[in-house]
Amino acid sequence: MAGPAIELRGVTKRFATPKGGNYTALRDLTLEVGPGEFCAVVGPTGCGKSTTLALISGLELASAGEVSVEGRPVKGIADGVGYVFQSDAVFPWKTVLENVAAGPRYHGVSGAEARARARDWISRVGLAGFEDRYPHQLSGGMRKRVGLAQSLINGPRILLMDEPFSALDVQTRTLMENELLSLWSSTSASVVFVTHDLEEAIALADRIVLLTAGPGTVKGTYTVDLSRPRNVAEIRFQPRFAQIYEAIWSQLRDEVLVSYERQKHAAAV
Amino acid sequence: MSVRSTLPRSEVGAQSPHPDRPPRVGEGNLTDVSSRVGEGNPVDAAQTAEGSSTQPAARRSRAARRRRLTIYALRVLFAVVWLGSWEVTTRLNWVDPFFVGQPSGVVLRLWTWITEGTALGPLWLQAAVTMQEAVLGFLVGSLLGVVFGILLGRIDLLAEVLSPFIKAANAIPRVVLGSLFAIMFGLSLSGKAATAVVLVFFVVFFNAFQGVREVDRNLVANARILGANNRRLTTEIIIPSALSWILASLHISFGLAIVGAVVGELFGATAGLGQLIYNAGHTFDVNGVFAGMFLLAVLALIAEGLISALENRLIKWRPSRVSGEIPI
Repeated sequence: MAGPAIELRGVTKRFATPKGGNYTALRDLTLEVGPGEFCAVVGPTGCGKSTTLALISGLELASAGEVSVEGRPVKGIADGVGYVFQSDAVFPWKTVLENVAAGPRYHGVSGAEARARARDWISRVGLAGFEDRYPHQLSGGMRKRVGLAQSLINGPRILLMDEPFSALDVQTRTLMENELLSLWSSTSASVVFVTHDLEEAIALADRIVLLTAGPGTVKGTYTVDLSRPRNVAEIRFQPRFAQIYEAIWSQLRDEVLVSYERQKHAAAV
Repeated sequence: MSVRSTLPRSEVGAQSPHPDRPPRVGEGNLTDVSSRVGEGNPVDAAQTAEGSSTQPAARRSRAARRRRLTIYALRVLFAVVWLGSWEVTTRLNWVDPFFVGQPSGVVLRLWTWITEGTALGPLWLQAAVTMQEAVLGFLVGSLLGVVFGILLGRIDLLAEVLSPFIKAANAIPRVVLGSLFAIMFGLSLSGKAATAVVLVFFVVFFNAFQGVREVDRNLVANARILGANNRRLTTEIIIPSALSWILASLHISFGLAIVGAVVGELFGATAGLGQLIYNAGHTFDVNGVFAGMFLLAVLALIAEGLISALENRLIKWRPSRVSGEIPI
């Protein structure tokens, strides 16, 4: 084994604000994700969870520190990385089939071959029969499936997910979480799953990284020793689940309060 | 609301560089279906069938039909009152028809033009000449507008270097260029088309530019992660996304192309509806001026219909219009 799949070492990310100042999203963040590991990143609003994913994907570059994926420093968007966005990022002018086939086609695969592979993935995410629909004709959950197939068809070794199910209703969400786990188990991808929902994090992940209120840095790391395969709808009733929840929540609560106070203060000013 | 209702066609020098947003992608999804009435689209029918009772739906569609009929009736009433009062006041000589014309006189003038031809030759020839100038100017102007809009939208350096020049060019009343083109091109068709080009170009350019700038950053990020290179990004993400902005601008720009052609003809021409109106004005034939205006309006409306059809073909991925929008 060649070491961690993803490694962030002492990473700081600053953004320029419109007023000419600096906003620090992440401060001295150190994080490792092993090969094939499902890692959830949890933290209060505005703690730099999404920024962490942007840095790993190469959409943004770190202001200080080192980010490396599979042992290579990140200098831009690299191959083998998939990204499922929080809001809809499927292309509205492409049909479901064209959307899913986009990745292979961008990588130079012929049209016929890309479509054949896309059909396969469309049926794997349970959308067979919807190939010729446009995204606006689908429900939110179905659009998420398209987004999932669109990322997975490229066979990513690293899968980054930014609160992918936060816009879905609770039932659809549980369904999608289960499907994500079964799709993931057939791959060997390392996953970084960002969420503000602690229950979702425990139900899905092997390990949970808790970030402090912004600027984000690691407050604690927790191993989730629940057996797989898991059923997301039922795992919540296991006593061990409650113990883990309790342990993390006691830490998360303080950070949520800090973040909340700050927002109240910002609103008052 | 689209751009065309915010910009009056006649105000040539006043195009806004910041038109209203075109309808947003994905805003009219299933939740809007309930507010859509009587369009007979499949989603609507499915929605109705799912309802526990069909009676309220039937009542709703009856109410919608009644409302539509009322609107048509009111429109006819409006036209009758407007044209009727114009006709009556001029017949009774409360207002001198010599200065304001008369609806019946306009119809008579049109009829003579159709049956006996105009002073410049057959009527269809005048219309054909003007349309030729307008269509040529429209095609060249919008093509240039789209190309430059996308180039400047994608290449920041180009946009920064050229922006003061474009602002300056947009600030001058460009119709006066018609006189320059009359000198450069003489009485030929190209002079009028050139006037149309300068009017059309800026509207399309600003919309294409803004369309490129407003592209959803999430979509761009997604395409890049999926492996799209710069060329793919432009052709598959940027251009389709900017298309609704560009098409919205085409609606007003055909009107502007006609303005350009007519103004060009005023600066010197041997045929065309603009020349016809010019002649009518110089012989104090007010009815002739109105008749010419009427013909131009008809031609512009036909073109508008064609552009709407093109728009529906090109953006078939967009949800159909919702009832809240009034097509002005």
